[in-house]
Amino acid sequence: MKPSERVAQVPPSGIRRFFELAEEMDDIISLGVGEPDFSTPWAAREAAIASLEQGKTSYTANRGRRELRERIETHVDSNYDLDYDADEEILVTAGASEGLDLAFRALVNPGDTVAVAQPSYVSYVPGVVFAHGEVLPVPTRREDEFKLTREVLEDAGAEAADLLVMCYPNNPTGATMTAEDLEEVAAFAREHDLGVLSDEIYAELTYEHDHTSIATLPGMRERTVVFNGFSKAYAMTGLRLGYALGPPDIVGAMNRIHQYTMLSAPTTAQYAAIEALDSCDDAVRDMCEQYDRRRKLVLSRFEDMGVDCFRSSGAFYAFPESPWEDPGEFAEALLEAERVAVVPGTAFGEGGENHLRVSYATGMDDLKEAMARIARFVD
Amino acid sequence: MSNRDEVLAILRENARYSAAEIAEQTDLDEAEVEAAIRDLEAAGAVRGYQAVIDWERLERERVRAAVELNVTLDRETSYNDVAERLARFPQVQALRLVSGDYDFLMEVEGESMRQVSHFISEKVAPVPEITQTVTHYIMESYKEQGVDFGDGTDDDRLSISP
Repeated sequence: MKPSERVAQVPPSGIRRFFELAEEMDDIISLGVGEPDFSTPWAAREAAIASLEQGKTSYTANRGRRELRERIETHVDSNYDLDYDADEEILVTAGASEGLDLAFRALVNPGDTVAVAQPSYVSYVPGVVFAHGEVLPVPTRREDEFKLTREVLEDAGAEAADLLVMCYPNNPTGATMTAEDLEEVAAFAREHDLGVLSDEIYAELTYEHDHTSIATLPGMRERTVVFNGFSKAYAMTGLRLGYALGPPDIVGAMNRIHQYTMLSAPTTAQYAAIEALDSCDDAVRDMCEQYDRRRKLVLSRFEDMGVDCFRSSGAFYAFPESPWEDPGEFAEALLEAERVAVVPGTAFGEGGENHLRVSYATGMDDLKEAMARIARFVD
Repeated sequence: MSNRDEVLAILRENARYSAAEIAEQTDLDEAEVEAAIRDLEAAGAVRGYQAVIDWERLERERVRAAVELNVTLDRETSYNDVAERLARFPQVQALRLVSGDYDFLMEVEGESMRQVSHFISEKVAPVPEITQTVTHYIMESYKEQGVDFGDGTDDDRLSISP
């Protein structure tokens, strides 16, 4: 028995080696973490505990508990003006990641081209490959503040693609896009009949303008699947709960795969999520305020160091230019010398080559200390 | 959020931040932060800055009590009059008019139980308007001013994740 050729085609995660290096050291401050430093708001954790005490540990409906889907329907409508029906158009998944995997498998035919805006989260490319698609990287640029534009789509030849994967607010750059920015992408998608998979897991974490979903733009709803979830905004990463929003036939196709593979998303997490939507708005706002303060601190420290760093406005990442040409070498040297971990931009595909991802999902004291150490190292 | 609100939110979290430290967490410069703090103090909104202390960790005996007070008022005496009189005692750490079965909830602090009891029986109970006192000695404090006195939890996240 041996692994399939397709799996062998996908290299292990690009940050693996660096991860192993960092894991060996126990005294580091890590700015390399892609998840909140906060714990899940207590009300949500308590609801999960109560559900366990009451023995609510069975499967749920494939699409997720109806009361959760109803709340998601209300939540995305009031927060993002997204209008989706709890019965037909909402699928609760084990993290937004599962939703994306389902969408790739439900939408990609062998040989289809999937354009992936980069730099991007590390799962999109392997997900497309596992679904027998061809990946077309669409590198975004520092001079556009890492927004997706018509120009970069054309440069990459994305008009020939079948699907486009994008993520704003973005991991790893922290870039966000306004409604006006998105309209350019939407027009391109309409002209070239592209389906759009929009990963909006960081939607709640924007600092300079409210989040707009591309699915709200004219003619986009029928060609878009939106992915969101509880991991980032509600600090629920380990509970593994997300959801997908899309047209009934697409969500139905995704659910077909989901019902045979996952059955249903984790039940305990669904109870936590119901409570999160019911009562944790204040906790989300507090966390958001904290991230914003840290963002301002990190940006001002890079400015003081003379390190080029565009004004990221979402998620919890800053994406400065690497002071050394090779961000991998820089990150390793920084880790060795100053015990601070950042992630080389090379891990996130094209367009991030000479950059570093600096996560500010770290307490203020550690963050300040880490930034002081980076300043000392760069100096 | 206004400058004042933004500065206030940060001070509530950590009043020891310098103006420079607050400035780099906001879009304000140092002078604007200082001005906002001056305004807050001048308006009497920010009344002081204090450490939150877990006395047990210092192995120091601090006796504290929550005291319920009932009062009867007349035309010449208001709640404010009674409150002013009580608040002058340095032993009184907090004094609040509350709804419910009693009128004031007062927090008293002293070196020993005897000292606190003495204070209540000699100084508080004799106040003519006060008709009843019920004293609850604080046995254990778990959280003060929003600060949890537990040990917290370690950061168990992976040091690098995508």
